[in-house]
Order: sequence, then C-alpha cells, then structure tokens
Amino acid sequence: MLDIREMELNMGPQHPSTHGVLRLILYLDGETVVDCKPVMGYLHRGTEKLMETRNYYQNVPFTDRTDYLAAPYMNLGYVEAVEKLAGWEVPERAQYVRTAIAELTRIASHLLWLGTHAMDIGAQTMVLWTMREREVVLDFFESALGDRLTTSAFRPGGLRRELPDGWIDAVLAFCKTFPDRIDEYEALLSRNRIWLARTVGVGVISGQDAIDLGLSGPMLRGSGVPYDIRKEMPYAAYDKVDFDIAVEEECDSYARYLVRLVEMRQAVLIVEQCLDALPEGPIQGKVPKTHKIEAGREVYHVVESPRGELGYYIVSSGTGVPYKCKIRAPSFVNLQSLTPMSIGRLVADVVTIIGTLDIVLGDVDR
Amino acid sequence: MQGLPSESTLANQSLWPLGVYALLVLAMLAAVVIISALIGPRHSARRRDLPYESGMPPTGTAALRFPVHFYVVALAFLIFDLEVAFLFAWAVAARDVGWLGYIELVVFIVMLLAGLVYLWAKGALDWGASPANAATPVAEEIDG
Amino acid sequence: MSGTLDVIVRMVLTLALAMASASMLVWVERRLLAAFQDRYGPNRVGPFGLLQLVADSIKLFTKEDWTPPFADRVPFILAPTIIVATGLLSFAVVPFTAAGALVDLNIGVLYFLALSSLSVYSIMLAGMASNSKYSLLGAVRAAGQMISYELAMGLSVASVVALAGSFNLREIVAAQEGLPYVVLQPVAFLIFLIAGLAESKRSPFDLPEAENEIVAGYHTEYSSMKFAFFFLGEYLALVLFSSIATALFLGGGNGPWLPTIVWFAIKMAAIIYVFIWVRATFPRVRYDRLMAFGWKILVPVAILNLLVTGALVVARSAGG
Repeated sequence: MLDIREMELNMGPQHPSTHGVLRLILYLDGETVVDCKPVMGYLHRGTEKLMETRNYYQNVPFTDRTDYLAAPYMNLGYVEAVEKLAGWEVPERAQYVRTAIAELTRIASHLLWLGTHAMDIGAQTMVLWTMREREVVLDFFESALGDRLTTSAFRPGGLRRELPDGWIDAVLAFCKTFPDRIDEYEALLSRNRIWLARTVGVGVISGQDAIDLGLSGPMLRGSGVPYDIRKEMPYAAYDKVDFDIAVEEECDSYARYLVRLVEMRQAVLIVEQCLDALPEGPIQGKVPKTHKIEAGREVYHVVESPRGELGYYIVSSGTGVPYKCKIRAPSFVNLQSLTPMSIGRLVADVVTIIGTLDIVLGDVDR
Repeated sequence: MQGLPSESTLANQSLWPLGVYALLVLAMLAAVVIISALIGPRHSARRRDLPYESGMPPTGTAALRFPVHFYVVALAFLIFDLEVAFLFAWAVAARDVGWLGYIELVVFIVMLLAGLVYLWAKGALDWGASPANAATPVAEEIDG
Repeated sequence: MSGTLDVIVRMVLTLALAMASASMLVWVERRLLAAFQDRYGPNRVGPFGLLQLVADSIKLFTKEDWTPPFADRVPFILAPTIIVATGLLSFAVVPFTAAGALVDLNIGVLYFLALSSLSVYSIMLAGMASNSKYSLLGAVRAAGQMISYELAMGLSVASVVALAGSFNLREIVAAQEGLPYVVLQPVAFLIFLIAGLAESKRSPFDLPEAENEIVAGYHTEYSSMKFAFFFLGEYLALVLFSSIATALFLGGGNGPWLPTIVWFAIKMAAIIYVFIWVRATFPRVRYDRLMAFGWKILVPVAILNLLVTGALVVARSAGG
C-alpha cells in the first residue's frame, strides 16, 4: 500500500471543529490538502417536508430548528414570507420590536461564531468571554420570548405578547456597555501576531468568485461586495433606521472577522434606534384564526440572516397548511466555497476556513 | 579551575543514587500501568476495534509514506545537533582556549550558518501552503 | 550509613516533589485559566477544588485500559511510560535545595538535554504504534517540532555554559551569586522559554495535540492511565523546564532571607505563571510558521547570541 501518495482522512462527522456533523473527506499529501469533499446530510430532518403537514402558525417552531443559533432570524424570514403571501398587516410596533430582536440575534450569533472560530484557531479564552455576553442576550430572549435557543419568537401578524416591563431599559443598558466588550475582543485578537498569521491570506475568495458561488452575508461582504439585503430590499423596520454595512476588500478570513465585528457594532446602533423610537400600539395584527390563505399564491422572501441571504419560498394550498415551503439556507450555499478555499492549504487552514464560513449544520441539512 | 570537568564532584559522589532513582521511577511506572490494567473494566462492542477516524470506518491504512520534507528536517537536525555538541565542548572550555579557540569557533559557526543559509535558499525550511498554490481560481475548480 | 539514608530521603523527596508539583500544576492551571477566562474553575471537590485531581486520578485509574488490537502492542504500552520516565529522571539534577540535587552530576546540563531529546521517542512511538491517522499526523508534527526547537534550546544553553564554564547545575547556580544570568543573557533566556514551550508542547505550540485540527494527536487511541501519563509527562516537562530555567537564568535558589527551596519555588512559579498566561492569550501557530520560526529566527539568533557571549567571555578572561 506504500505506493499510495495521498492519505485519505475523514474529518468529521465526530470531530471537534467541524461545527456539528459535517464530514469532510480530506486527501492529504503530508499536511497539505490535495482535495476536500464535504459530505452532508447527517442532520437532515426533512424540515421542509414536515412544514407541508402543519399550518402556518404551527410551522414557526420548525424554523427554529434549522439555524438554531439565529432562531429569531429564521422565524422572522418565515413569518414575513407568510404575511407577504397572505397580505396580512403587521403593526408598526411589532415591526420595530422584530428588528430589535433580529439584531440582538445577530449579536448572539456573531458572538458564538467569534468564540468558536477563535477556539478552533487555539485561542481558548475568547469563547468564554463571548459566551459571557451571549448569555445576557439569551436572557433577553428568555424574558421576552419565553425561550433561549429555540425561541419561536414571532408569529404571523406580529408577536405573541407584549415586551415585559423593564426589558427595553435592560437592553439599552446592555447596548451601552457592549461596544466596550467588542473593544476587549479586539484587544485580544485584532493585532495579535499569531491571529494575523492564522487568518490573513487564509480562505481567500475573490469578489467575483463569491458572486459566482452565490455566497452571501459576511462571506460576500468580506470579499469587497457591498451587498446587504437589509439595504437592498428593506424588510421589518430596517428602512426606518440608520446604519452602515460592513465591507472589507481583503477577501480572507481576517476580512470576514472584521466584517462581523463591525456588524455587531452596527447591530447595537440598530437596536438602540429601534427601542428609542418604539411606537405605541398593538403588537399583534389581525390574522384569521384558521390561517387560511387562498390557493395558487406563491412568494419568495429574503432576509439578511447573520449567515447571509435567507430565503423562504412558500406556495399556498388554499387551506391553513402550505403546499410547499422551501428554505434557501445561507450555510448550505456558503459551504460550497469550502473546497476551493481549502485546496493547497494545510489541515490547520481547513479548520480556519470552516470557522470563517460560520456554517450551522441544522441550516445546511435542514 | 572552573573550566575543566570538576573532578571534585565526581570523586565526592558516585552515581549509584541515580541508578537507584531510575529503578525506583521505572518500578513505579510499571506498577501504575499494571494496576490500572488490572482494575479497569472490560467492554466489548460492535466496531470498537477500529481506529478513531471521526466516527467513520477508516479508509485505507495509516501506514503511509510521508513527504520527503520531514526527512530533510530530520537530516538537518542531525547535522546541526552534532555541531551543537561541538559548541558545548568549546563553551565549557571557553576561558582556557582563549582567542585562538574563539576564532576557531567563529570559523566553525560560519560554516554552520552557511549550511543554514543553503537550507533556507533551497526552500527546505518552507512548508506546505505557499501563497502560490493556494490561489486556485474557483472558476476552474467548478468547471473541472 | 547516614550518607545512604540522606540519599534515600532525598530520592523520595525528589520523586514526591516532582509528582506533587506536576499534579498540583493541573489544578493551578485550571484555576488560573478560569481566572483569565472569567469563570470559576474546579471548586467543588475539597477546599478550593484542591481534591479535584484526586477525583480525576481515581477516575482515570478505574477506566478501561484499552490496548487496541490494531496497535503495535509493545511500543504502544512503552510510549507513555517513556515520557513520564524521562521527565522524572531529569529531576535528579535539578538543584532544588541548598545541598544541590539528588545527584550532583558534573554534566547536569547535558543530562537534561539528553533526556529531553529522548522524550521525542515517546511521542513518535505513540503515534506510529497507534496505527491511526490522527495519531500519525500528531506524531509527525511532534517529532518535527521537538527536534527543531531542541536545537535552539541547546544553543541558548550553550551561552550559559560558556558564561559559567561548567555543565554542573549547582556550579552554574553558584556562579550567579551576585547577578542572575537573565541580566547578562536576556536573549538566551527568551529563547529557552520559547523552546521550552515548544518542547513541552504547550500552547501556542500545542500542535501535536491540537484537538481542533487532529482530534487528540498522538494520544487519540489511548485511555486510562496510559492516557493520563501523557498529561503527567506534559506537566512534568512544564515543571522541569521552569525549574531548569530558574537554575540557568534566575540564579536558582539564591536570594536573601528566605530558604533556598522557597526562593526556587517562587521563581519557578513566576515562570509557570507566564506559561499559563501565554496559553490563555495566544492562538495556536500553524505548522509551517512554527518550523520557520524555529529554524529561521530562533536558531540564527541563538547562534549570534553565542558568538557575542563567547567574545565577551574570552575578552574578560584574557583581560582579567
């Protein structure tokens, strides 16, 4: 067997840094990756098919369990698609609250990404620091939405209930201190020589390649393409708040790291603006009890989830149950870029690249 | 007379404590290994007798050739480590051999450095991921 | 006979001290890392969680001791004992007390370097004997890393030997009575610390066991006490390198008022603290960078340092 030059190595599904049950078949020459084949499906639960068996309201919890790290965002995309499909009105107050919770989700998701990405590269302190802040955000979810991870945050037409007393003040207080925390993270990593050596020039994908592969979110903006659905096709209350989108030209892991840090800072600004300008009024709009939507309608609605372009394609059946629901999962599409980014690199770089993709296997496999 | 191997220490103390100490250490380690092997439980289960490969049945053998690069480093290490041994011989006698010894040291080290520069220039010290082979155009990847 | 008794007492003391400090270090490291990381660390078992390591060792002792059927039996069992044995044997020359070490070896420095080279065998055998791909990757990484940094370590130690004119650790400590060598040899001290980190496979040089990349590296297939031996070996190496650094650069147990062993312990603890601090701060370096750093920076700098040191030593002895 000594004439075989390449070592075929399974990385995953039970591996510390494949972020769930992703399996990579690596073909190694020493430590250099000659080829890399991602194998998916270990977490496939048939969510899209299951959604054809429940009514529009009951489907919300299914969306929690796809991208479980940004569950409110998955809910947001789904309920907005349903509202668009049915033409149901959403009160302005609900729009603002949704935007605030969605941006808190972005913070929570990016915090987890930053912690695990740093841990994959060997900086183990970061994950405990980011968990500290993420815990606060999850507490906000728990008090307002009733759950921490699988929030089922929104329902078609608005929110299930009004925000609890003191919630807004608590969130605003967090928004005051959180930018200092981001400064702390940056102090530990941004100019750390080893961190730079591990991320600069690793996982390079040019802007044109990123567009060709259909990448979205920070993967696209880290390659110098200023495309953000929150600006391009505003939804919820994003057209009423003022924020910048983060773009970096370097196309590597470090650029994406910077993009996500800026996004967290911008998210704080959006949350503050939403809660400061929160209009009075009902939080739930009028929605027919049966959730019946007339047959033959179809809708494709996209939102900018923390991972990228999250789309829902829903076809109505004439009853309260959708005929078809297809999710355009950003993790799944972004995962395509793993192989071209990994070839010719070392095993250690593959770990960096998986980290920089920020995939959630629930989202990839659905 | 600092420089020379201090005969005083050798005369004053024999090496037997070291031998006994080594035996003691080895006996302790053997005891630990044997006891833990005896008191540990035994399990058996399907597919337990496979090497760990992220939960998949391993594909192929682990006994593979490794790139020649590692041998180059091993060779370089051998050469340099031997030369370091000579440096030690000089270091301990630095005061006694004076400037003449120092000049010889410089000549020796210049040769050593020349070897290092040669290795460096030949690329023996550069590993794997060079920027050149990393920038594979994605379009080619997709088409091919 | 009193001489024999004295030697036996010191023998047991050395062994106990080495084992105790290495296993205490597990607790110290976990508590310190916890402090850096804004959490508690082990605090349930015994006062301040001190008995955690007792609980851990009982657990490891009673786990299944599995020698995989696909492994090469003899080297597989031998490998973990080698790393602990070399670690413990090295302590024989560490001058903890005023009376010196267990054995006042006139080639103490060489003895230490030789044993630390031997520990490469442990890792290499473990990885090759396991017959598992992750183990093999870890072993190859470890071998390359350890031999490369050994060179830099040897060169940095050579400067100290040139200054002291002796291989005997007790004499080197005695030569630093007025001025610790860290003042005269700051570069060699830094190189020694960095090489020590790499030799003991500590973060940021923990590539051979980088769990995010190659699972557990060379000890992927190990269980029970054999697994624990690798960790014991790592912590022994950490204690050893910090104590040798103390002896070579910080003047060993020299210091006013306090007894020798206390000074020694304080200096050692300071170095260990730095090692743990580094672990909490830095990400892991990549393999190619690690090798390039060792060969292109540490080795040339160490050689230049030796040249300068040599010139100064010769000039002083010729002049005076």
